[in-house]
Amino acid sequence: MADVLRLDPIRCDGYGMCAELLPELITLDDWGYPVIAPGPIPDRLLDHARRAVDVCPVLALRLQAAPAARRPAPVPTAAGAGGR
Amino acid sequence: MTAPAALTRLLAGPPSQGGAEHLDAHRARLGKLPPVRDRREIVPVLEASGLLGRGGAAFPVGRKWRAVAERSAGDAVVVVNGAEGEPRSAKDRVLMSCRPHLVLDGAIVAADAVGANEIVLYVGSEHRDAHRALGRALAEREPDVRARTRIVAAPVGYVAGEATAAVHFLNTGDARPTFLEQRPHEAGVGDRPTLVQNVESLAYAGLIARHGDAWYRSAGRGQTRGTALVTVSGAVPQPGVHEIEFGTTLGEVATLAGITGRDASAVLVGGYFGGWATLEEVLERPLDPADRAPDRIGFGCGVVSFAGPETCGVRATAEIMTFMAGQSAAQCGPCVFGLAAIADATRRLAVGAAAADDLRRIDRWAGQVAGRGACHHPDGAAGLLHSALRVFADEFARHQARGWCSVARAAVA
Amino acid sequence: MNTQILWFATRGAGIVSLLLFTAVVVLGVMTSVRWQARQWPRFLTAEVHRSIALLSVVFLALHIVTAVVDPYASLGWISAIVPFASSYRPFWLGLGVVSVDLLVAVIVTSLLRARVGRRVWRAVHWAAYASWPLALAHGIGAGSDASAAWMIGIDAACIFAVVTAVTWRLLAGRPSADLPAVVAAIGRGSSREPGALR
Repeated sequence: MADVLRLDPIRCDGYGMCAELLPELITLDDWGYPVIAPGPIPDRLLDHARRAVDVCPVLALRLQAAPAARRPAPVPTAAGAGGR
Repeated sequence: MTAPAALTRLLAGPPSQGGAEHLDAHRARLGKLPPVRDRREIVPVLEASGLLGRGGAAFPVGRKWRAVAERSAGDAVVVVNGAEGEPRSAKDRVLMSCRPHLVLDGAIVAADAVGANEIVLYVGSEHRDAHRALGRALAEREPDVRARTRIVAAPVGYVAGEATAAVHFLNTGDARPTFLEQRPHEAGVGDRPTLVQNVESLAYAGLIARHGDAWYRSAGRGQTRGTALVTVSGAVPQPGVHEIEFGTTLGEVATLAGITGRDASAVLVGGYFGGWATLEEVLERPLDPADRAPDRIGFGCGVVSFAGPETCGVRATAEIMTFMAGQSAAQCGPCVFGLAAIADATRRLAVGAAAADDLRRIDRWAGQVAGRGACHHPDGAAGLLHSALRVFADEFARHQARGWCSVARAAVA
Repeated sequence: MNTQILWFATRGAGIVSLLLFTAVVVLGVMTSVRWQARQWPRFLTAEVHRSIALLSVVFLALHIVTAVVDPYASLGWISAIVPFASSYRPFWLGLGVVSVDLLVAVIVTSLLRARVGRRVWRAVHWAAYASWPLALAHGIGAGSDASAAWMIGIDAACIFAVVTAVTWRLLAGRPSADLPAVVAAIGRGSSREPGALR
C-alpha cells in the first residue's frame, strides 16, 4: 500500500528536521520551510519517512494512505441518514 | 445595463439605481417558489443544468449540493457567501443590494435541497447597502424563514470569503482559512455538513428551481451554459456590473463598457487570482470557465479590468502584489515570506531600484509559493504574477535594466 | 532485601534522575531554539531529548520503588503518590511527589501527542519548567547526601546548566517566525488597493 506525505502548512514552523531525515524527498525553500516531493513514498524510504513524521516537534507532517486506498464517503443507511 | 433583454436574468426587472426590489414586486415578476416537497427533489435538476459556482472556482453547484445532502441528517447549514473581498469585483454586492430576494430564494431552495435547518447570510461588513437590503428583505419573509436565517457581518479582507475561513469565523470568530482533515461539506459550522455557496450561484439556483434546467441551458454560446455577472472596471467610460452570456468575447465586453480604439491595451480577467492578457490577444476569446485552449483567459469571479496605455504594468503589478502580501492570513511560512519577498522586489522594480537579479528571483519565488499554503491565496498571487511577467515582459525588462519606464517616458522614481 | 542496598539504590537513582532530568531540560531548550552545529543536525537534539527523558523515567521509577520498598524508610505507597503524606520530612518529600506528578503528565501527553492535540500538549509541557526546580528542592531537602561536598557540587552544576538554558531560551525570544508581524509590516499603508471600487 503506497503512502504519501502530507504537510499541514499552518502547523509547520520551519524546524526543518524532516528535511534532515528525508533529504531524498524533502528540501527546504529559501525561508526554511519544507518542499515535499509529491507522489507515493518508495518502499525503501518508508522507515525514514516514519522517523521524519515522528521527529516533527509540531506534528505538521503526516503519513496518509494514497487517495486510491482511502475509504469512500459514507452512504446514508435505511436506519437514518449519516452518523452526525 | 445594456445586455439584451432575453439574456438578462438576474438583472432583469427594475433598474439598479432604484434600490432593492421588494418582495411583492419580486413575486409579481417571478411568481412564488415551487412548494417544499419539490424543492427537496431539486438536486438532479441543478446537476442537469450544469450551473457552475460563481465564487471563482467554477465548481459544479449540483455536485456540491449532493455532497452535503448525502451527509445531512436534517441539520446541515447553508452559508450564503456574500463576503466579496476581491477589490475589483462588485457583482455580489450589487446583486445583494438590488435583488436580495433572488439571493434569499436561492438560499431557501438550497436549504431544502440539502436538508439544512440554518441559513447564514455571510455579508462583507463593508457592504452596507447589501446588509440593509438583505435585512429588509428578510423582514418581509415568512416567520419560518426568518426563524432559521441570520445575517452575519464578514470581516473585511481578501481571505475572509474563502470557504474554510467563513466556516472558521462562524465557529470561532477567526476568519482565517483552516487545514482540517474534514472539508466543510463533511463537518463545517457546528461540525455539521455545510454548504458554502456564492450569492450569485444561489440566485441562479433559485431561478432554475422556478424555470427548470432547460431554461437555464437555453443561454450560452459554448460548452458552459447560462449567463453570469461580470464587473467591468479600469480605464473604461462605463464601468459597472453587467450580465453576459457565457461565451461572450472580451471584445464585446469592451464595447459594452464603452471602449473604442486604443483606450485600453491590457486587461485583468478573473480577479487577483486570475491573470493579465493583452487586449489584442483576447479580443476574440470567449469568457468561459470551460475554455481549455492554451491561450485561455479564465473567468474567475467575473472581474474584467482594463488598463489603459498610460498604466505602467510594473507599477500595477507591484501594487497588486503588495496588496496580496498584506492580505495573507499569516499562517503559512511560504505564503508570508514568499509574497513579502515578491512584493518588495516588484516595488523595487517599479521605482527603478531593482537589485541585479530581482526579476529572475521573482519568477523563482512565484514558483516556490504556489500550492504551499493552506488555502489558494499564494497560488492566485503567483498565477497573476506569472501572467504579468509575460504580458508586461518588455516593461519589466526596462525597469530591471535601466530604470526607465516607457509609459511615463521618464526615469522611474 | 538488604536495606543498605535499597538505600544506596534510592540515593544513586535519585542523583542520576536529577542529572538526566537536567540534561532533558537543556536539550529541550536547544530543540526549541533550533540549535545546530556542523556535525549535529537539529533532529538529533529532538531525538536525544526524547531518549534521555524516557531513560530518566526508568531511574525515577527505580528511585521511587526502592524508597517505598525499603522497610527502614517506612514510606507507604501512598506517600509516593499523594504529596506531603509521608511521615519522614513530609514537605521536602512532597515536593518530589509533585515533581513526579507533573512529569507523568508531561510524559503521557508527549507519548499520546497525536491524540491530545498540540495545544494541550504544549500547555502541559510547560509544566516541565516547574517540575525541575521541585525535583532539585526535593533532593536538597530530603536527600541523605545533600550536605556532602560532592553533592553540593552536582547540585550547583545542574543549577548552572538549567539557568544558562533558560536564559538562552528567554534571549532567543520567539524561536518561530512571527508571521503576523511580517504581514503587518507589508500592510502598513498598502492595504487599500488603488483599483478597488467604491
